[in-house]
Amino acid sequence: MHRSLIASFALYSAALLLTLFTLAPLVWLVLMSISSPNDLTSVPLNWWPTEVDLSRYGHLVDLNNGAGHRFLAALRNSLLTAGGATLIALIVAVPAAYAFSRRGASLALLFVFLATIMMPPITYVLPLYEIFGGLGALNKTTTLIIVYSAMLLPFATWLMKSNIDVLPVEIEQAAFMEGASTAFTLRRVVLPLALPAIAATCMLSFLVAWDEFFYALIFTSDLSAKTLPVAIADFSAGRVTDYGVIASVGVLATLPPAILAICFQRFIVSGLAAGSVKG
Amino acid sequence: MSAISRSREKWVLLFPAILVLSLITVLPFLQTVWTSFTDAEITAREQQVNWIGLENYIWALTDPDFLEALGRTMYFTAVSVGLEGVLGIAVALLLNQKFRGRWFLRVIIILPWAVPTIVNAVAWRLIYHPDYGALNSLLLQLGFIDSYTSWLGDPDRALNMVILADVWKNFPLVAYIALAAMQTIPGDLLKAAAIEGAGAWKRFRSITLPWIIGPMLVVLILRTIEAFRVFDIIYVMTRGGPSDGTKTASFYVYQEYFSYLRSGSGASYAVVVAGISAVLILAYYAGIRRDQRGA
Repeated sequence: MHRSLIASFALYSAALLLTLFTLAPLVWLVLMSISSPNDLTSVPLNWWPTEVDLSRYGHLVDLNNGAGHRFLAALRNSLLTAGGATLIALIVAVPAAYAFSRRGASLALLFVFLATIMMPPITYVLPLYEIFGGLGALNKTTTLIIVYSAMLLPFATWLMKSNIDVLPVEIEQAAFMEGASTAFTLRRVVLPLALPAIAATCMLSFLVAWDEFFYALIFTSDLSAKTLPVAIADFSAGRVTDYGVIASVGVLATLPPAILAICFQRFIVSGLAAGSVKG
Repeated sequence: MSAISRSREKWVLLFPAILVLSLITVLPFLQTVWTSFTDAEITAREQQVNWIGLENYIWALTDPDFLEALGRTMYFTAVSVGLEGVLGIAVALLLNQKFRGRWFLRVIIILPWAVPTIVNAVAWRLIYHPDYGALNSLLLQLGFIDSYTSWLGDPDRALNMVILADVWKNFPLVAYIALAAMQTIPGDLLKAAAIEGAGAWKRFRSITLPWIIGPMLVVLILRTIEAFRVFDIIYVMTRGGPSDGTKTASFYVYQEYFSYLRSGSGASYAVVVAGISAVLILAYYAGIRRDQRGA
C-alpha cells in the first residue's frame, strides 16, 4: 500500500516527536553531568557545554573523594543486595515452579504468592522493622537480601513456571523410568533445558532489586548497607550546589540497567509480557 | 511414583517458598492488622499496648487529611494510568507502521523503563528546578512563558508535574504490550476492512481495539496496582508537599509511622490502603480470566 505525502509527513513527525520525548530527558541528564557548574546555573541555560567537564566522574570513582566514597560504597551494597537476593529467589523459586508446573500444585496458591507482592509494602514494613530491630539486624545487607528475595520470589516462580510448562515432559519421564529422583531430575534434566529462562528471570529479578527504594530507605541508615537509590536520594536532598554531581550519579546508576535492557531487549520484553499478561 | 508420595513431594518443593513468603509478608501483614486495633506507638521505652477496638478505624475514616490523601492517590493513579494507556496505544500504533528508522525507535523506547525510579525522580526534579531548570529555560526561549516558574512549588500543579514524570517512565511497558498484541492481528483482516471502505479510525475501533483490549486491560490493571502504592517518586520530588499537595496514601502512612511514631493508627491507615489494593488485585485476576477465555 502506498502512503500519501501527507500521511508520510504525519508519520515521520510523530516518530520524531516520540524520539524527542523519549530521549530528551536522558540526553539532558548526560549533558548536565559533563557541563560546568556555570553553564548549569546560567539563565536561560547554556544547553551545550562550553567545555566538556569529566571531573565529576573522576571524583565518583575515587575512594579518597567524599562523594566517590559514598557512591562506591552504595554501588557495592547495591550489587551485593541485588545479586544475593536474585540468587536466593531463584534457588527457592525453581523447585516451587516445578511443583506448580509438574506436580499439580494449585494455581490458586500461585495467585496468593503473586498477591503478596502486589500489596503495598507499607502493609508489611512496620512489623518487619520491629522484628529486625529486635534482632539487631537493621542496617545490614543480609537483611535487605532476605526481604528482597521474598519480593522477587513470586514473579520468579511465575516466570519459571510458565517456562517449565513448555519443556517436553518426555525427557523427565524417561529419567524417572531410570529411577532418578526428583532432585536429580530437576538438577540434571530440567535446569539445563531451562537455562535461557533462568537467565531471563535472573536479569529481570536483578533489575527489580536494583530499583527498589522503599525498604532500603527504612532498613538502612549508613554507608555499610545503603543502596544506590537511597544514596541518590541523599545526594539530591543534601546541600549539593553542583547539580552536575547529582546528574552524574544518576547516569552511572542508569548505565547497568540501560545496557542490559538494550542488549537483551527481546528477552526482557517477552518476560514482561509473560509476567503481566499470561495467567 | 505413587500419588501420595507425589503429593508429599509437591509440598517439599513448595516449602521453602511458602516459608519465605509467610515470614516476610503474611505474618507481618497479620501483625499489622492486629496492631491496627491497638494504641501502639514506636518507642524505645516499655509501653503498655491497649486493645482499643475500632477506634483507629473510626478516626481514619473520618480524618479529612487521610481521605484527601486517598483521593489524591486515586487521582494520581487514574490520570497516570489513563495517560499511559492512551500514549502506549498511540506509540504501539506508530511502531506497528512500516517506516525508515522504526527499529531504532523500537529499541530506544525501552530506555525510560530502564531508568531506575529514583533516578527518574531526581532527573525530573532537576528539569523542573525553579531557578535553573531545563523546562523553564526551554519554555522561556520558545516564548511560552515570560519568567521562570516554580513547577513543583504550586500545590495545585505539583501532582500533575509528578504524573508527567511517572508517565514518561512507564509508558514503554504499556506500548510494548500493546504492540505485541497488535502484531498478532491477521493482516488480511485489516486489508479486507480497508477494501470494504472502512477508514483508519473505523478499522481501529472495530478491529484493532477489540483485538488488544484483553492484554491492555490486564497490563493497565497491573499498572493501577503499582501506581496506587506510589511512594518513591513522591519522596524524592516533593516529600508530599507543597502544603500536602502531593501527599499520597503510602506517604501518609509512612509519615504516621516514622514521623509521628503512631504505629496503631498508622496500621489502620495501612489496612485501609491494603483493602483497596486487594480489590484491585481481585480485578486483576478477573481480567486475566476474561483475557484467557477470550483468547
